[in-house]
Amino acid sequence: MNDFEQLQKTAQEQWEMLQHSSDPVVYVGMGTCGLASGAGDVWKSIQKIKDNSKYKFQTIKVGCIGPCYFEPLLDVQKPGSSRFTFNNVDADRAKKIIKEFAFSDESKLKPLAHLGDGIETINGTKSFWELPMLKYQKRIVLRNCGIVDPENIMHYIARDGFSGLINAFEKGPEEVIEEIRISGLRGRGGAGFPTYKKWQFCREAKGKIKYLICNADEGDPGAFMNRSLIEGDPFALLEGMIIAAYALGANQAYIYIRAEYPLAIERLNIAIAQMKQAGLLGRNILDSGFNLEIKLKEGAGAFVCGEETALIASIEGERGMPRSRPPYPTLSGLNGNPTTINNVETLGTIPNILRNGGDWYNQYGTANSKGTKTFALVGKVRRTGLIEVPLGITLREIIYDIGGGTIKPFKAVQTGGPSGGCLTEEHIDLPIDYESLSEAGSIMGSGGLIVMDENSCMVDVAKYFLNFTSKESCGKCTPCRIGTKRMVEILEKFTKGTGSIDDLATLENIAKTVKNGSLCGLGQTAPNPVLTTLKYFYREYQEHIEDKRCVAAVCRDLVEYRVIKEKCTGCQRCVEVCPTGAITGPRSEPHNLDPEKCIKCRACYEICRFDAIAGDAIIIVS
Amino acid sequence: MSSLLNTLGKHFPECSKGDLIPILQHVQHQEGYIPSNTIREISEYLNISCSTIYGVATFYSQFKFNPPGRHSIKICLGTACHVQGGDFILSALQMEIGITPGSTTEDGRFDLERVACLGCCAIAPVMMVDNDIHSRLSVIKLRQILSNYE
Repeated sequence: MNDFEQLQKTAQEQWEMLQHSSDPVVYVGMGTCGLASGAGDVWKSIQKIKDNSKYKFQTIKVGCIGPCYFEPLLDVQKPGSSRFTFNNVDADRAKKIIKEFAFSDESKLKPLAHLGDGIETINGTKSFWELPMLKYQKRIVLRNCGIVDPENIMHYIARDGFSGLINAFEKGPEEVIEEIRISGLRGRGGAGFPTYKKWQFCREAKGKIKYLICNADEGDPGAFMNRSLIEGDPFALLEGMIIAAYALGANQAYIYIRAEYPLAIERLNIAIAQMKQAGLLGRNILDSGFNLEIKLKEGAGAFVCGEETALIASIEGERGMPRSRPPYPTLSGLNGNPTTINNVETLGTIPNILRNGGDWYNQYGTANSKGTKTFALVGKVRRTGLIEVPLGITLREIIYDIGGGTIKPFKAVQTGGPSGGCLTEEHIDLPIDYESLSEAGSIMGSGGLIVMDENSCMVDVAKYFLNFTSKESCGKCTPCRIGTKRMVEILEKFTKGTGSIDDLATLENIAKTVKNGSLCGLGQTAPNPVLTTLKYFYREYQEHIEDKRCVAAVCRDLVEYRVIKEKCTGCQRCVEVCPTGAITGPRSEPHNLDPEKCIKCRACYEICRFDAIAGDAIIIVS
Repeated sequence: MSSLLNTLGKHFPECSKGDLIPILQHVQHQEGYIPSNTIREISEYLNISCSTIYGVATFYSQFKFNPPGRHSIKICLGTACHVQGGDFILSALQMEIGITPGSTTEDGRFDLERVACLGCCAIAPVMMVDNDIHSRLSVIKLRQILSNYE
């Protein structure tokens, strides 16, 4: 038995011991979204209970399991029983769960679901994987997220971790590339270039020094798939990186990661240290003769660095401005050496393919887009969070079956971030793959899916994205630098009610010029949000221009706040919050709102909606 | 030799151009911003002109050139936050503390910055004060949260 087999055995034993622990085990979801929802307080309150010797139990921090709207999530595994999940836990409820549920069998507390083996219902509690949000998913890259301790290599090893790497070393580099070819895996960063081709080009390129770079600069606003994966299962990414580096012949790898993700950075540093100790990184990995060093590079905040050549410039210490291609980075990249850049999700998928085979992965997906894809399902949908689904699933299945639909009627879904477009009801039965989305005028992108309902204004959305891209444009190409700025100005006119119909033609004209006249993906795709909204929501533009109306009541200059006299209870709450004294009126009588003084800050509207005493009496109308 | 140059030698012994951004990050981590005199020191250390360094530093949104406040507010204006009313939160915030993004309040209590995405889109709108993320914000909730930071 070699050292690694010994380690596997120990990991297996530790994992078994944990599953059959004689004391309860408590797992708390401590990803960034969990922490933002209050998991930190939950964790502290649980630790306090431990001070009382009556309650002896283990606590483990896990990553995000997906349904963010349930955060904070807490699991309790009682001796001799399954792992049960509780949702929307706060510090007080956590205490109660531990004391009443973990240490008593007569508890009336009802868990949300169980995380045991199998999908059968246990004592009236459904399996987690049978919940509507999880039922339609296929979890490959996210298989460990929320299940294992991301700061413990032994958990990863116990769940078949690094067995893909061992297979890779047995196969040799060429056969690894062949396996990836069979799998049909395409780059998950957005453009969908076949992964095996990139590796092959780089492998065949001349040069002694080669580099692998993992692009973890998740810059799309509205997307957090990579953050969740790294926080929940950093070892999967690192194993994928060793396999990739081995296949293309690189001994130096970088992870270019956003500085805004401090937790992900911390977890990667811990994982790298543990792997070095276990002989899984550094010199002669697992006696294969292969050496690899992985370094972290913190991105300094520039969306354009998602573009390969800009990312390389940034690592070299320059302004992150794209260079013209060819030569492609696979021939001449970092410091002029052959370089492969892969996205986090692509690399995180690799170990699964090497463990189960390319044919296995190939069974999921459509003819040209194989496997699964993670999406950040957010916006005006009932169930928000991180999901992983087989490609070819329809938008309807994602939005309604997984997401539970919208509260107000559905209007649009935005895919692909600032480079993507807005799709409508008309596309809702579209099977999602790289080709179908680009035919509809959008792109797959890295996986943000932002759902919008009747309360979203499409002109405002277009303005939002153009504002973003105009700020992030690096300035190299004139059409992008100036064109995006001019487009923002025109869109601003529309949202202020000062636009004319002629502006629409100018807008479309500039959009096409920017698309054709830019060097990199940022400029080439920046007009997409405008072009798709013009195509699918032309009426809304017309309403803004001709009627000076914003039906969604979003554009501030086109709306007015009013009090509905019949509904107003005269509770004075809005009078108290109004910063300009625009609302007046004695208690118990309908209030008056002076439009001259109103600055449309929304404070009265919110308090009226959320407070049970006030009666939903303030409305925003256009 | 100044204390900065000393630490640079220790942390970045290779002294290569690729160290420029990590060095700027190091300085910002220590000082809270990039003081103008440090640019000169980095220039000497890496043998790169001040204007090149300034060009790189201003390209990236992470670097600040003003001293930060006691508490740093990062308001998220990602797509999900925008759709959920992040814009209103920003204007309410500006009104509340009286500054626009990129500046610090006169009493040094807060500095304000807008960021593209904090990656908490499922619980939007969000903002980060120091290292705490506050989710599902509303104009009303905002005031309560700010009162916790003195």
